Amino acid sequence: MGYALNFNLIWRHFDKLWGGLLLSLELAVISIAIGIVIGLVLAVWYVSAGRVVRTIIAAYVEFIRNVPLILLVYLVFYGLPTVVDLAYSAPTSFILTLSVYSGAYLVEVFRSGLEAVPRGQLDAGKAIGLTPWQRLIHVRLPTMLRITLPALSNTFISLFKDTSIASVISVPELTYGAQWINFNTFRIVEVYLVTTAMYLLTGYALLFGLRLVERRFRAAR
Amino acid sequence: MLTQIAYALPFLAQGFALTLWVSLLVVVLSLIAGVLLGVGLVYGPVPLRWAVRIFSDTIRGIPILVLMFFVYYGVPAIGLHLPSFWAAVLALTLFKTAQVIEYLRGAVGSIPKGQSEAAMAIGLTFRQRLAYVIFPQAFRRFLPPWINGVTDAVKGSALVSLLGITDLMQAINQVIGRTYEAMPLYILGALIYFAVNYALSLASRRLERRFSFIRE
Amino acid sequence: MSTSSNDTRALLDVRDVSKSFGVVQVLRSVSLQVTRGEVVTVIGPSGSGKTTLLRCVNFLESYDSGSIRIDGKEVGFRDPGTRQRRSERDLAAMRAETGMVFQSFNLFPHLTAAGNIMLGLRKVRGKSEAEARSIAEHWLGRVGLAHKADSLPAELSGGQQQRVGIARAVAMEPKILLLDEITSALDPELVGEVLAVVRSLAEDGMTMLMVTHEMAFARDASSRIVFMADGGVSAVGPPKEILAAETTNERLRTFLARFRASHF
Repeated sequence: MGYALNFNLIWRHFDKLWGGLLLSLELAVISIAIGIVIGLVLAVWYVSAGRVVRTIIAAYVEFIRNVPLILLVYLVFYGLPTVVDLAYSAPTSFILTLSVYSGAYLVEVFRSGLEAVPRGQLDAGKAIGLTPWQRLIHVRLPTMLRITLPALSNTFISLFKDTSIASVISVPELTYGAQWINFNTFRIVEVYLVTTAMYLLTGYALLFGLRLVERRFRAAR
Repeated sequence: MLTQIAYALPFLAQGFALTLWVSLLVVVLSLIAGVLLGVGLVYGPVPLRWAVRIFSDTIRGIPILVLMFFVYYGVPAIGLHLPSFWAAVLALTLFKTAQVIEYLRGAVGSIPKGQSEAAMAIGLTFRQRLAYVIFPQAFRRFLPPWINGVTDAVKGSALVSLLGITDLMQAINQVIGRTYEAMPLYILGALIYFAVNYALSLASRRLERRFSFIRE
Repeated sequence: MSTSSNDTRALLDVRDVSKSFGVVQVLRSVSLQVTRGEVVTVIGPSGSGKTTLLRCVNFLESYDSGSIRIDGKEVGFRDPGTRQRRSERDLAAMRAETGMVFQSFNLFPHLTAAGNIMLGLRKVRGKSEAEARSIAEHWLGRVGLAHKADSLPAELSGGQQQRVGIARAVAMEPKILLLDEITSALDPELVGEVLAVVRSLAEDGMTMLMVTHEMAFARDASSRIVFMADGGVSAVGPPKEILAAETTNERLRTFLARFRASHF
């Protein structure tokens, strides 16, 4: 043992961690926004589609859920540009990956949410003469969103943690900042203690905030 | 291209074997540690409960990658020697243990208090109550999420590649480094991971269905 | 209170037991003796501490002061008179000396009727599989369920489950049987079969302490009735005396009047 904690060097380079945290949040927010669009579109399509489309959507979901995220990150950043004529920065590549990744989880969330909408509500919508499209927009989606809000919050928080994988393609988010300080100052224990605290505090702050939003939504029913 | 990949197959197979070995170690070690700590969380004295609660919430609140770097770089920094393989296994096990603790808490917590009391009333000791009354009932609630979570261990094991351990992920990266055939190899790797994890999740779904019949 | 404090033959001897849950005092210096072969019934309004008292007797609940002895041995704490809890092993051994039947049956759902009875016989009494099985079958016969030995609790009616619960308790040959409102969760038409079993055990000389709302049964089957109110023993005596309409105990009279109004 005999390791003396000294946080001075950490505070001197704290901008690496602070900037990293902000980028982590940015990556998570953009990715979940795109992921929600992917998830919603595919979930609505899924519940009304035939077998072929369902199988394809299910295959997408199962594939993403059963492959390590780090492999997907490599595949999109190093693999994809070798076969298609695309050029993108590491952050863009990561956002693309995390969006497709979260989309797969959210299809499942939204699909089960759609199925949890009580039959009676749909029948009531029919009874007052709403078209299928109107029933979707005015009856099914609002109810479904309320049901799925907690799962959505959880997905967002776990995506926030998943952004740490972006460090493997040198995106300067929080984990990357921690490694930079680790390699340049060797205040190893200190930097990971501070990084751990930052992830924890941010994660629990997000959880707390999102639970408040959920409560507001439930109250507004 | 195909011949180059075929040439690399034995090397990939070695990496795959290591992936499975790491996953197995993590699953077994975390099962033991998680069940013990989970019992501590549910039945232990207040200080132990708090300790386990803080451990679990902290571990589950940070990315595995941070935990892994913390263990890998941090343990030698405080003067202990830990080979990178075991540092990786330790970090992944800590992470998985926190999950197992929560599965156990959920499963045991779902059993009515009267079961423990009835077991006490006939004179069973704490261990006997767990072994003959609580665990047999908690088992079917514990099993489906736990098996489901085994895929997390397999997926998480891909991170050990970052510590220079030649698992499947690292083997793929090394073969790509030699052949420059990035896309085919990543897809091959993805398919291998998919095959293992999909089989596991099918198994867990089947078990879930089987156990749903004997709900009271 | 009419308890003689030097009754050496008392099998169960509760002395000055008090207990609080937070600021609420649920037992106030309760004393109560039960001699061998006696059937003592505890009655009283809800919240009077009846069930808590019963749960203290086999130390499912701890108590703050006083002493509870069974056959001269202090139940939850180390002898003599210390407030040091017994070890887990000792407590288990002490609890095996008392049988308890619960309001909500609490049968082990993963074990058959026979399995429920055999568990304690095998693991606590150390009996062989075959011996435990034959004891289980004997007691299932006694409660009229010989044909249900291999049924799971979920396949039994409430009355049948409770009869298995009784068999599970008595098969351990406890010194005293504690019955905690054992018919309260049953449909009215199933109450009779359970009470019949209790009655036959009483006739065999089983020592019992029970909490019940079945006044007619309490009157017929008990040697003594204890009336509890506000955590204390308010009256003790033979059934005829306690359940008499002209009792001088104000609280008891109110309780009985209310009880008659709602049950007869």
